[in-house]
Amino acid sequence: MQERQALGGKLLTVPFKVCAAIVLIGLFFIGKRFIFGIGSVSNMNDGYPWGIWIAYDVVVGTALACAGYSIALIVYVFNKGEYSPLVRPALMTSMFGYTLAGISVIFDIGRYWQAYNIFLPWLSNLHSVMFEVALCIGTYILVLWMEFAPVMLDKFKADQLKARLNRIIFVFIALGILLPTMHQSSLGTMMLMAGHKLSPLWWSGFLPLLFLITAVVIGYAAVIFESLVAAIAFKRPMEMHLLSKISALMPWLLGLYLVIRLEDVNLRGYLPLAFDGGLLGNLFLLENLLLLAALLILAYPANRQSPRLLFIASCAMLLGGSMYRFNTYIVGFDPGTGWQYFPSVSELFITFGIIAAEVMAYLWFVKTLPVLPRLKKA
Amino acid sequence: MKIRRRDFLKGVAASGLLLAAEQTPAQAKRARKDLPPNAVGILYDSTLCIGCKVCEHGCKETNNMPMEHANPKERMWDNPQDLSAKTLNIVKRYGVAGEKDSVEGFAFIKRHCMHCIDPACVSACPVSALVKNPENGVVTYNKKACIGCRYCQVACPYNIPKFQWDSPFPEITKCQLCSHLLAKGGISACCAVCPTGASLFGPVEKLRLEAKRRLAMEPGEYYDFPVANIESTEVQQHRVGGYVKHVYGERELGGSQVLYLAGVPFANLGLPDLPEDSYVALADGIQYAIYKGMVYPLVVLGGLIYIIRNREEKKE
Repeated sequence: MQERQALGGKLLTVPFKVCAAIVLIGLFFIGKRFIFGIGSVSNMNDGYPWGIWIAYDVVVGTALACAGYSIALIVYVFNKGEYSPLVRPALMTSMFGYTLAGISVIFDIGRYWQAYNIFLPWLSNLHSVMFEVALCIGTYILVLWMEFAPVMLDKFKADQLKARLNRIIFVFIALGILLPTMHQSSLGTMMLMAGHKLSPLWWSGFLPLLFLITAVVIGYAAVIFESLVAAIAFKRPMEMHLLSKISALMPWLLGLYLVIRLEDVNLRGYLPLAFDGGLLGNLFLLENLLLLAALLILAYPANRQSPRLLFIASCAMLLGGSMYRFNTYIVGFDPGTGWQYFPSVSELFITFGIIAAEVMAYLWFVKTLPVLPRLKKA
Repeated sequence: MKIRRRDFLKGVAASGLLLAAEQTPAQAKRARKDLPPNAVGILYDSTLCIGCKVCEHGCKETNNMPMEHANPKERMWDNPQDLSAKTLNIVKRYGVAGEKDSVEGFAFIKRHCMHCIDPACVSACPVSALVKNPENGVVTYNKKACIGCRYCQVACPYNIPKFQWDSPFPEITKCQLCSHLLAKGGISACCAVCPTGASLFGPVEKLRLEAKRRLAMEPGEYYDFPVANIESTEVQQHRVGGYVKHVYGERELGGSQVLYLAGVPFANLGLPDLPEDSYVALADGIQYAIYKGMVYPLVVLGGLIYIIRNREEKKE
């Protein structure tokens, strides 16, 4: 008997159709972008050359997609096989998140038809953080599909191919741990170069480390969130025994993060900025208070047994961690000379389209492929 | 001898700590870069500038840049508001009326690429579309390599590279010091047409000495100032006003090949106070510490493969 099952059921549900409509609107604006240029759909400008397509779709999106990375870390490196029921859904979320981030990069970059230049060795700039991130994310998308391939092979009963893949899958699993460690920290290194244009509340030599920790925190939070929401939506029992165990890790990670984050700003002498009542200071406080709230909730073992508190804590971590990344890329970024940026409606709809496509793919896959653990008949 | 997984993990953790102890972010900078051997640049002297904008015209003409239109229907020529995908060089004015080159009065400033000695855009570009010429140090752009990621715009501390937002086939635009003219032995158009010598072209070493000479001048006295090219013999006599005792671009972020002198504080002219170490040096330092020769990543990958393979075998 297989350990996992496809949920089956009707695919064309109301949420699925709503998502499809949003995807269509997004596609319309993507078409407009390719015909009339990025400026025709986006409010990005020479002061804010990166908008939500990078800050949300890539920087926050791939962190949300670190579910697979975070679970692989615990299952394979720390040898906690008991968590393996969480591996497939987590991997799948990661696969979608990263693939769609990769796709949104294609319409974000201006000269997309030359995107392959990244892979031409004579053009490679080994000093460029962007080069490393692009190469790493590109490879990781491939690795995620290879890691997930056994699930599809299960479906099509391609046992021979699956056996062959299983013999080398450890290489992909290893890469699946190494690559996110590299590019998630490098997403932080990337903004080091913004220098004085990034508020000192976010600019720091610790950007790479803080980005790596938030990737893991957001990754675990996404696992908890996804598992609880799937349990409610598909009327399945909650995987509380696993989730509460995983969340026991979180206070330590959050504590480490908050100590580094606050002490770094403090040692550089910019902590007063946090309390000056301005937008940046308030966002800084909010971001860290959300993570602190999650820490305080999860610090008590009894709270970790409560689905409600676990859900609240995971939301706080998702929000706090995402805000840190978003603020580093957009809100805390000020090129000076009065440039402003707020995403336009069409720009937002392209991002909404990406999110909707992700939800649709999730629904389609869990219903048709053996992703979620098989329920024992009582 | 068999390495136990736990021991390996301990080793990894320890080397991570060692790395962290050796290389705290603040110390991780790599060394500053030197001026290229035949570096050329521009010395812009705000006190000599009369704001005539002939340099803007010269730049547009030489580089085939389109005119700016404030009104989309009339298509009348307008002064550019700022550097843009259509404007590589601009003269701006601080203050409206009063005494020239005083904080209460007004002053001019000419903006374009600084041609940094350690350019952030060149380090940022993943596909070497922006490169610094190893001989003359000019930072040039190659649209055939560019993928349009715009990291150069994020990285540039002076907000110089611009992007063609309204084109389906956009390019990055920036001042390339008229390198097509330099190749034919000429000088940058903005300097060639400048009537007062406010924009002066020349080898950076000589421009630095010239800037020092000007800072040592007695205010109120008349001196000879070279025009267009510091190596030409053409000079004009000007009365020296008061200089702010600082050569902007000599040390800022590791220095640049464009240098500024002014009679009002540079911050008033839109040139920010910047540290002497470039952000590039810091970012590079951290990247090198982790990725030099790909040693650490490969060691970690080897360890991961070893652990996971062992585990998978045991399972079978």
